[in-house]
Amino acid sequence: MRLKPGSLSLYWRYFDVSLRSQMQHRTSFALSATAHFVVTGAEFLGLVALFQRFGQIRGWELTHMALFYGIISVAFATAEAAARGFDIFPRLIKSGDFDRLLVRPRGAALQVLGQEFQLMRVGRWAQGFLVLGWASWHLHVYRSPANLTLLVLAIAGGACLFAGLFILQATLCFWTTESLEIVNCTTYGGVEAAQFPLTIYRPWFRMFFTFVIPLAAINYFPAQAILGLDDALGSTRTIQWLSPLAGLGFLLICLRCWRSGVRHYTSTGS
Amino acid sequence: MTPYRAVLSSRFRMLLQYRAAALAGIVTQLFFGIVRTMIFDAFYRSSRVQQPIGRDDVVTYIWLGQAFLMLTILDADRDVAEMIRGGNVAYELVKPVDLYWLWFARAVSGRAAPLALRAVPILALAAFWHGLRGPASVTGAILFAVALAGGLLVAASLVAVMTISMVWTISGEGISRLMAPLVFFFSGIVVPLPLFPDWMQRGLAALPFRGLIDTPFRIYIGQLHDASALAALANQAVWIVVLVAAGRIMLARSLRRLVVHGR
Amino acid sequence: MSQIVVEDLVKVFHVARRTPGLWGSVKGLVKRDWSAIRALDGVGFSIDRGELVGYIGPNGAGKSTTVKILSGILVPDSGRVTVLNCTPWADRIRYVRRIGVVFGQRTQLWWDLPVIESFDLLREIYAIAPDRYRRSRDEVIDTLDLGGVLHTTVRQLSLGQRMRCDLAAALLHEPELLFLDEPTIGLDAVSKLAVREFIGRLNKERGLTVILTTHDMDDIEALCRRVIVIGEGRILSDGTLAALRAGVTRERWLTVDLADDAALTVADPDVRLIRQDGRRVYLAFDPQRVSAPELIARVVRNHAVHDLFVENPPIEAIIARMYGRDASETTPG
Repeated sequence: MRLKPGSLSLYWRYFDVSLRSQMQHRTSFALSATAHFVVTGAEFLGLVALFQRFGQIRGWELTHMALFYGIISVAFATAEAAARGFDIFPRLIKSGDFDRLLVRPRGAALQVLGQEFQLMRVGRWAQGFLVLGWASWHLHVYRSPANLTLLVLAIAGGACLFAGLFILQATLCFWTTESLEIVNCTTYGGVEAAQFPLTIYRPWFRMFFTFVIPLAAINYFPAQAILGLDDALGSTRTIQWLSPLAGLGFLLICLRCWRSGVRHYTSTGS
Repeated sequence: MTPYRAVLSSRFRMLLQYRAAALAGIVTQLFFGIVRTMIFDAFYRSSRVQQPIGRDDVVTYIWLGQAFLMLTILDADRDVAEMIRGGNVAYELVKPVDLYWLWFARAVSGRAAPLALRAVPILALAAFWHGLRGPASVTGAILFAVALAGGLLVAASLVAVMTISMVWTISGEGISRLMAPLVFFFSGIVVPLPLFPDWMQRGLAALPFRGLIDTPFRIYIGQLHDASALAALANQAVWIVVLVAAGRIMLARSLRRLVVHGR
Repeated sequence: MSQIVVEDLVKVFHVARRTPGLWGSVKGLVKRDWSAIRALDGVGFSIDRGELVGYIGPNGAGKSTTVKILSGILVPDSGRVTVLNCTPWADRIRYVRRIGVVFGQRTQLWWDLPVIESFDLLREIYAIAPDRYRRSRDEVIDTLDLGGVLHTTVRQLSLGQRMRCDLAAALLHEPELLFLDEPTIGLDAVSKLAVREFIGRLNKERGLTVILTTHDMDDIEALCRRVIVIGEGRILSDGTLAALRAGVTRERWLTVDLADDAALTVADPDVRLIRQDGRRVYLAFDPQRVSAPELIARVVRNHAVHDLFVENPPIEAIIARMYGRDASETTPG
C-alpha cells in the first residue's frame, strides 16, 4: 500500500463518509450494536459456565482466560470494524465495482479499506473491553503503566494481524470466490483458540499459531509479561515485549500478497 | 409434489457444483473440531468432578457437531431476501405453487446439499484420527437417523420463519440476523448443551434449538434411549408443527397485505 | 496526432465448462474441463486527439475487453497499446489520472450521499487543486444543469439525473480522454437526447477525445462520424458511418402481417423474401432501388394487409452480414 501524503486525509474522509451514512440509520445501528454486544456476551458467559463446572483449565483460572479473551476480542473487533472493506470484498469483485476502483488514481488497498467501516462491531468491542477491564482489575494489571502499555501494544498488534487475515481472505477472491470459508479457521477459529492459553494445545498447533499465524505473539506471550509469569514455553521478557510486532509484520506480508493478487486480477480479467 | 421435488433436486445439484467451497468447508470444520477437542480435553483433565457427560462422549458430540454443522447455521434465504429488498416478491405469487412449501423446499435443500458433501468426509476422518465412536446401539442408530431428519426439518422451518419475517415486517432482516448467532449458540455446537449450567437445562429443553443437533447427538451417545429418546423426538415433531403453522400464518397475512396494499 | 495506438491486441480467457445433470455435477467435483475463449484476436486501430469514435459490436464481441485494456485495468496477452504516450497498465495510477470512464449500468457515486459530497470525495481521490476543482465543478454543474439535484442523495435520483451526475463526476478532474460504456442505456427519450447533446458539445468545444461503446444505433448516428465495428475479437470495419452503412446496411426490412393465409408473392428483383412465419412475412429491400412507400403501395395493392412496419436491420444482422452469412439466419424485429 503506497502511503502518499494524501492517503491519510483520504482515509479520514472515507471514515467520515461511512460514519455519517451509518448515523442516518441511528436506531438500526443502535439495535445492531446492542445485539452484537449481547451475542458476544452470551458466548463469554458460556465460557464462564464451563469454568464453573471444571474450576480451571490446566492451572489457568477464569481471570487469566478473561485477560486472553479480552485482548483477542478487542483486537478482533477493531479489525472487524476497520477492515470491513476487505471482508465484503467478494461482493465488490462479483458486481464488477472493483474495476471502477482500479480506474481511479489511488492504491486499490486504500480504496477497498475505505469502502466500509462497520461501526456496529463496537458491540463486541465494548463487551471485550468490559471483560478485559474486569480481568485487569482482578489481576492488578492496572497498577503498572508498563503493563498497560504492553496491553495496548498487544491489542494493536492483534488488530494488525486480523486485518492482515481479512486482506488475505480478500486476496483469495482473485483466484476463487468459493473457498473463502477456509480463512475462518484463522479469524474466528483464531479468536476461539486464543481465548485459552497456548499451553493447553498440542505442540504442532502451538508452532502453527506462533510462527505461521502469530496469534500467540499478540496474545499469549505479552500476557506472560503482563501477568509477571515464567512462561512454561520458555520465552523471555524481551521476546514477550517485542512479540506484538509480529502482528504488524504479518500485516505487511499480507499486503504484499494483496498486491500480487491485484496483478493477477489485471492479467486474467474477472 | 413435482415442482417442490424439482426445486429440491435442482438446488441440490447446483450446490454440488461448489466443490472448492465444500473442500474449504471440510478443512475449516476439521480445524474447529480439533481445536474444541483439545480445549475440552484440557478441561476434563483439570477436574475430577463428575460431569453430566463424559469426556469421550463430549468428543463424539463435538465431531458429530462438525459433521452436521449445517443444521446449526440458520439464516434467511439470501436470494429471497434479495427479492424482498428489491420489491419483487409479488412476482413469486405468479408461480402456481404454494409459496411456503417452495421456500421450505429451498431451506431443506440449502442445508442438505452442503451436509451431504461434508458430513461423510468429516465423520470418516474423525473416526480414523480421533477415535469417533459408533452409536450406542442399533436402535440408537436408527433413532439417530430419524432425529437427524427431524433436525433438518426443524432447521428448515426455522429458516422459513426467518425468511418470512422479512416480508412480515420491515425490520425482519435485523431480527433474523440477530437470531442466527443465538440459535447457533443454543444449539450446543460451541458448548454442548449438557454442559450448560444445571439451572438452564429445563429452559434449554423447552427451546426448539435443541432439536437441531442436541437431540440426535444425545440419542447417538446413548444418553437418550427408548422412552426418553421417543419423548425428545416427539418434542422435535411438535416444534416442527408449531413452526410450520406459524410460518404459514405469517406468510398468508403478509401476502394478503402485499396483494391488497402493494407493500 | 495519434492519441491512441493499438496494435495486434490479443486476449484469451479460460473458462471452466460445466456439464449438466447430476452425473455431470458429481464428475465436476473431481475434474474440470477448461475452454479457451479468444476475446481479442489481433485488434488494431489508432485514434487521434479530438475524435468521437463509436465502438460497436454484438455482445461478447470484445468491446468491454478492449475498453478495460485501454483503461489500464486488464493486461493483454500480446500486442502493443500506447495511449497518451503511456502503456495503460504499466503505470496505472499515473495513467488513470488523465482519463475518465463512465460505466453505464453502475454509478460511481456514493449511494447514501448528496451528489455534491460525492463530487467533493472525488476531488480528494483525484487530488485536484481547490481552485481548479471549483472551476471545473461549477462548469459541469452549469453545462449539465445539475443545480437542482446537487443536494439530493444519489439513491433518490432518477436514472437520467444519475447518468448526468456520473458524466459530471467523470469530468471533474479534466481528463484528456473519455470512455463511455453504454451511457444511454435504460434512459428515457428526453434524457437520452440531453446526454447525447452534452457529449457532442464536450467533444466539439473542449476537443475531448471520446470513445463511445453502445448498442444504440441512434447514439452512433447522432454523434459519431467514425465507427469501429468489432466482432468475435476482430475488427470488421473502421471508417465513417456512411461508409459502413453504404457497404453493408443499404438494405432495409419490411415486415408485413397478412390479413389471411396467403403466400406473399413478390416478383420483384429489388425485394428479397427473408422468410414467412404463418401470416408474418419478412422482406428485405434496397431503398435505392425501390422506395419504402412504393414497396408498401405495391404490397398493399396485391394483398390483404393487416399491419406492416419498416426498420433498419439491427447491428447483429449487419455483423452477420459482414461474415458473409445469410441474413435469413438472423431474426428481424
